[in-house]
Amino acid sequence: MSLAIRLRHDFPSIRMDMAFETPTPGVTVLFGPSGAGKSTIIIAAAGLLRPDECRVAVDGQVLADTAAGIWLPPEKRRVGLVFQDARLFPHMSVATNLRFGMRRAARGTIRFDEVVELLGIGGLLARRPHTLSGGERQRVAIGRALLAQPHLLLMDEPLASLDAGRKAEILPYLTRLKTALRLPVIYVTHALDEVIQLADSMVLIEAGCVIGSGSLSDVASRAELPLAQRDDAGALLLCRVAEHDAARQLTRLEGGGASFLVPLLDAPLRSECRVRVPAREVILAGKPPDAISLHNIIPGTVRRIVPQAAQRSVLVEIALETSTLLARVTPDAIDRLQLSPGGPVLALIKSTSIEVLHT
Amino acid sequence: MLTAWLLTRYRFPGRPLLNALVHLPLVLPPVVTGWLLLIIFGIRGPIGSVLHEWFGIRLAFTTAGASLAAGVMTFPVMVRAVRLSLEAADLGLEQAARTLGAGRLDRLFTITLPLASPGILVGGIVAYATCLGEFGAIITFAANIPGQTQTLPLAIYTALQLPGGEATAAKLSLVSLMLALVGLLVSEWIGKRLNAALGR
Repeated sequence: MSLAIRLRHDFPSIRMDMAFETPTPGVTVLFGPSGAGKSTIIIAAAGLLRPDECRVAVDGQVLADTAAGIWLPPEKRRVGLVFQDARLFPHMSVATNLRFGMRRAARGTIRFDEVVELLGIGGLLARRPHTLSGGERQRVAIGRALLAQPHLLLMDEPLASLDAGRKAEILPYLTRLKTALRLPVIYVTHALDEVIQLADSMVLIEAGCVIGSGSLSDVASRAELPLAQRDDAGALLLCRVAEHDAARQLTRLEGGGASFLVPLLDAPLRSECRVRVPAREVILAGKPPDAISLHNIIPGTVRRIVPQAAQRSVLVEIALETSTLLARVTPDAIDRLQLSPGGPVLALIKSTSIEVLHT
Repeated sequence: MLTAWLLTRYRFPGRPLLNALVHLPLVLPPVVTGWLLLIIFGIRGPIGSVLHEWFGIRLAFTTAGASLAAGVMTFPVMVRAVRLSLEAADLGLEQAARTLGAGRLDRLFTITLPLASPGILVGGIVAYATCLGEFGAIITFAANIPGQTQTLPLAIYTALQLPGGEATAAKLSLVSLMLALVGLLVSEWIGKRLNAALGR
């Protein structure tokens, strides 16, 4: 099953021509600078903007296809939209807000009690929107959109107007929703922490064009794409807890065709987690060092070496069995190790440098 | 309200003309409005004759006629107030309602009108005040018949024309003052409650 969007629209200042297809269910993050066209995709998918040309199909159901003269109005699309500003109806209580879409939709699988529980808004039902905090408002807005039983949920920077504390308060709820309700979600953000926690797939957008799309780990580890240009570039891997070693205070994770030792985790065996390996924490070696504190010595193949002038360094893509690691080193190191694409290399990673995120 | 909604949200051919027609009584001298009403709704007028012959309804020089004249005079005031509050309304909330499955009329009744209610109330009160003070259009169209078409200002004017009528005029003016005051206070009170309900 998949979600496919294609749109072309000429704004006075910019031409947008974007297309992508992404697997469903799952969270697809649209990532890119402001004004690049992320929100245009969102409002076109919701039907609030009619581009010159546009096609939106979710799991084989065509919501819009201007070439075929199909354009469902927003109220008929069953596409949920969560705005950056919650846009709760001020003259209604939280409960009435939540039921607004539900009352207008056919009975669906998303139940009122379940959503209220997942979002932790049971205590707010009788209150008025203006008495809620920013984080609470946004949770209610998400619940309201979900209860309209959408085929597709769009979230346009839902956390952008919140401070770090409120954001940290909502992110766990979103991760819970993601696993509990198997729904296609398009999520717009330019915050990397939201991407790492929520994204399954990613679409990178710049100046009205899609410059890269694919699974989160693919997009994050492609050296030519903007994510790898950042100072905090790194590989993202989906791992499973393979083994706890209480005596050595270590946990072994498996994923992407490699295994990683990290400080002991408080997570059940076989549970999934996301792992981030920052590029600047990866050391490259030609042969295994001895007498070293390091736990992770991972053999791989050099796939590409991309110079990064801004950082006066190079970024090395290291292919593992089913994933890619990134290492940021100096050009001098490449010369000394005589690394070239296709050659073998060892990636050395401190266990404490690996960032583990639970999902 | 419907007119205000049409004028705020839709662009259609003839919109400027409708807009001008609605606002005409605001700028025309009331006596002219009254005279125009007389021409149109009088027994020999294009609409008046139809009403009279087919339904036996006579508007000129009757209570119903006085109401019609007051209505026409207050209509632009009302439309203006409603329009202002509709224009100030948050289109974002209507978009949100659309994505939640609410059609056009549904949105009008559940979102737009409730949110515009303080403005509509103010429009109503101003219209009420205008009705109380209406003089020119009514005296021209419905005349000054005591117990039928005599409004407060007409009665006060009549009293002042009679010798020794000052006492009556004073009493009537007091009534007029009380009505206006009560109206304003009530509108203030309801407006406050409505705004509190909207979280403003």
